Amino acid sequence: MIRGLDASEMAAGVDRLAEMILAGSAGRAIALVGIRSRGDEVAERLRDKLAASGKEVDFGTLDISLYRDDYEHLRENPKLQGSDITFEVDGAEIVLVDDVLFTGRTIRAALDAISDYGRPGRVELAVLIDRGHRELPVQPDYVGIPLETDRHDHVHVSLANTDGEDKVEIRSRE
Amino acid sequence: MARKDLLELASLSREEIDRILDEAVPFKELFTRSVKKVPALKGKSVLMLFYEPSTRTHSSFEVAAKRLSADVTNFDVPHSSVVKGESVRETVETLQAMRTDYIVVRHSRSGLPGMIARHTRASVVNAGDGAHAHPTQGLLDAFTVKEVFPEMAGRRVLIVGDILHSRVARSTSTVLRRLGVEVAYLGPGSLVPKATPEGVRRFTDYGEAMAWGPDVVYLLRVQMERQDVQFFPSLREYHRVYGVTCERLKELADKGIWLMHPGPVNRGVELCDEAMDYERSLINRQVENGIAVRMSVLYSLKPGSGALEAP
Repeated sequence: MIRGLDASEMAAGVDRLAEMILAGSAGRAIALVGIRSRGDEVAERLRDKLAASGKEVDFGTLDISLYRDDYEHLRENPKLQGSDITFEVDGAEIVLVDDVLFTGRTIRAALDAISDYGRPGRVELAVLIDRGHRELPVQPDYVGIPLETDRHDHVHVSLANTDGEDKVEIRSRE
Repeated sequence: MARKDLLELASLSREEIDRILDEAVPFKELFTRSVKKVPALKGKSVLMLFYEPSTRTHSSFEVAAKRLSADVTNFDVPHSSVVKGESVRETVETLQAMRTDYIVVRHSRSGLPGMIARHTRASVVNAGDGAHAHPTQGLLDAFTVKEVFPEMAGRRVLIVGDILHSRVARSTSTVLRRLGVEVAYLGPGSLVPKATPEGVRRFTDYGEAMAWGPDVVYLLRVQMERQDVQFFPSLREYHRVYGVTCERLKELADKGIWLMHPGPVNRGVELCDEAMDYERSLINRQVENGIAVRMSVLYSLKPGSGALEAP
């Protein structure tokens, strides 16, 4: 069975996320850091929405491939894409951005990765989709779309710049 | 499927070469961070097995492994059991028992790293075997040329020196040619093989080689320690005929030609003193790139994959 979200539902989710971040960061300077891949594209959209609302933010992308905990189980190590963090991380108030939050392991890796650039003043987490089933004590501060899924469902997110179109497919295990 | 070992470059696909070079870029970017280390090989062990002296390659691999958070053990060969007559086979069995994950090996015998690779589950990286191959040197040279000329195809690299005995010349020209770079050899007739690989020009005269129009002049190190057989009359003679003298350095500068050397340089032999400060010298950059490329190589290999031959 295939369920999913279409482009307009996803756009509404990004809007909601942007509003929450705007409200949550009122009066504070923040930096958005998108986790590659696709978290970076969500972060770009959020940056543009925030800018349209008059809030300029610092921006970076983070590749967590070198911080994973599952190399032993991979036949081939993940392809490196590189990180791009040019703002001063020491003391910065960072909002990590990812497309889907699932087990929390990617976020654990991202927290380790970001701390190798410096000591942020605060780190928050914004996700477009929270599909549940955490394996680590990681909770998001901002959620665009909460999605009820089975542990074994496969949630596949496509984004326009990365994949050609905006859509979410949820494939259930037969 | 990732490969277990890196023994030479001829068997690598274009895709594999591109991936190692592409991934060296993010590794090099780490060097500007306050923390230069990443945890990708945390808990893994790298054993440095050097049967031949080498300061540069050894420390480059060691730094690369440490920046990947691996534990590095030096199997200090001159002081180890080798002097007590332990065979390489016995050594390998010892290493296998130590359950090391990666072995970086240098040996004067061509093919020895391959032999070790077949008898251990560890990933083996050849750090130079006889006159056979020095794959990470070839890759770091290709990475360095690519930084200067992102579109490498059609660029010309002139390799100068003792081509015959050089594993650097072999590995570097293999990977450069695979990437579409035109390669030529220059050296004394006795040290440049008559039968060059297909498409590789052969020169014995410096002037003729320069007329070919190289973008990069790559000077091989004169192996002082291997001059037990005299292939050319004297070092001074070598410098005069094939070295970059001060006069020739001016010609390189005028023509905008880049200079490479695997190090360490014998001043006054391959290069005159002034060449050390030459603005288009890539020699120091080769050293820095060597660490990034070796990190990329270690990251690309998967220990324990592939079939294991019974010892």
